[in-house]
Amino acid sequence: MAEAERTSTQIRTWLTSVLTEAARLVLTPFAEIGTLYKMLVSAVFAIFRPPFRVGNYVAAIEFVGIGSIFIVSLTGFFTGAVLGLQLVENFRKVGLENQTSAVVGFGLARELGPVFTALMVSSRAGSAMAAQLGSMRVSSQIDALKTMAVHPIQYLVSPRLVAGLVTVPILTAIFNVVAVFGAWLVSVKMLALDSGIFLDNLKQQLQPEDITHGLVKASVFGVAVCLIACRQGYHTSGGAEGVGRATNRAVVHSAIAILALDYVLTALSLGQGLF
Amino acid sequence: MKGDVIVEVRGVTKSYGGRAVLHGVDFDVLRGKTNVIIGPSGSGKSVMMRQLIRLEEPDGGQILFDGVDIAHAKGKALSALRRRFGMVFQHSALFDFMNVFDNVAFPLREHTKLSRAEIRDRVFHRLETLGIADAAYKMPPELSGGMQRRVAVARALVLETELVVYDEPTTGLDPLTTRTVDELILEAGERFGLTSVVISHDMASVFRIADTVTVLHFGHVIASTTPDRIMDEVTDEVREFILASGVSPTSVMRGRASSRDEGP
Repeated sequence: MAEAERTSTQIRTWLTSVLTEAARLVLTPFAEIGTLYKMLVSAVFAIFRPPFRVGNYVAAIEFVGIGSIFIVSLTGFFTGAVLGLQLVENFRKVGLENQTSAVVGFGLARELGPVFTALMVSSRAGSAMAAQLGSMRVSSQIDALKTMAVHPIQYLVSPRLVAGLVTVPILTAIFNVVAVFGAWLVSVKMLALDSGIFLDNLKQQLQPEDITHGLVKASVFGVAVCLIACRQGYHTSGGAEGVGRATNRAVVHSAIAILALDYVLTALSLGQGLF
Repeated sequence: MKGDVIVEVRGVTKSYGGRAVLHGVDFDVLRGKTNVIIGPSGSGKSVMMRQLIRLEEPDGGQILFDGVDIAHAKGKALSALRRRFGMVFQHSALFDFMNVFDNVAFPLREHTKLSRAEIRDRVFHRLETLGIADAAYKMPPELSGGMQRRVAVARALVLETELVVYDEPTTGLDPLTTRTVDELILEAGERFGLTSVVISHDMASVFRIADTVTVLHFGHVIASTTPDRIMDEVTDEVREFILASGVSPTSVMRGRASSRDEGP
């Protein structure tokens, strides 16, 4: 009898812990979205409230934008080059190699440019932001700002969000130009495609709305990447280990957010339902 | 304990996740004095400090700063109150992306309309007073622990604050630097007519600097008195905590009195 009771208690405990864990798994993303939304609203309002610390905005734009130009250009070059290589080789089998530039341009402008740029910004600038804010949190520097009557979100987060909004589209444009150059170099100089046809097809097939669509996406990704990085850093706890965790989470969450937002924005722009 | 009160803490309560940490804390902070809050680990000292400087809002009670309740102040009223006090954090919390000069100038740039030259003069005056003018263009990680505390004190005082809160200012320092920091707290208080609130569990340091001692134990104030009467007013457990530090309050205070008599 006692044995049966003990088994029943064990099963109840096990079931409770499984259900609690399941509930946590389901609710955590919603709680995270809530925290992000709260920070976003607070940071956006803070942008329009004095004092206006122009220097902080310039520094953030320099850090996110100028600091990422090299890595984004490098990634862009190789992305374009590999696209050129694959497409020319495979299109040649069906006699469509002249369409290479159109496909490269379209793919870069609408999808690859914004996504790859945002991923690179997240790895370079997002991780650094999370680490810096995390380190400020665990060493009480954020508390120090508060005690000096300085709004930490306004001082630390708003400039970074604006930097993401402004610089990621510009970086995307740079990525696209360099990637097209990479594709041109491989297609024309290595694989003997006609340069005139390559450029003419690109010009004819690529529409201004393709570029606009990509740049709008890039702005959304830029804000998302910086917001996620700031949220992870700002709410860090647990000392140096916590800073490491926050940095790691900032990059992983950003990558997931970029890909998920890419799907949502593409589906919406094509007038399709989400699923 | 009588005197001119600058901060009245009345019935402050705070809980985290249903666990009460502060149970109706009451004590006074006397103007122009060095007021020390002591207690064993887990007694609620740091939580009390976070309520006192309004890093957190208490669940209940009042913290009256010259009659204005900082515990429930919001927006501009809270900012105005915060400008009247400075904070020296446990590990200084200097902004590590700024040099010493910019750290000390930070509150002036944020809250005053002083010109660059005026800010420069004011900052260097503070740095010279505290003997760290030579380090003005160094970055915080290049400084020793004691120097970092001095910079933190300079930053806390640069706005002509009335009250400075020190959170465990001697933690992690060697005995010589600890003594220097203690002297710095006393000197800053005397020179600038400041009120100091020091959170500490370093008993030697406490008896060297304290004018008043408030003892927190499991979130209750069990004594708020002068250092010479502390041993008579606390429970056996707290008396044991004080004595475990190997410090005799009377000997430390005697040492302090004689060093003050001798002058600098």
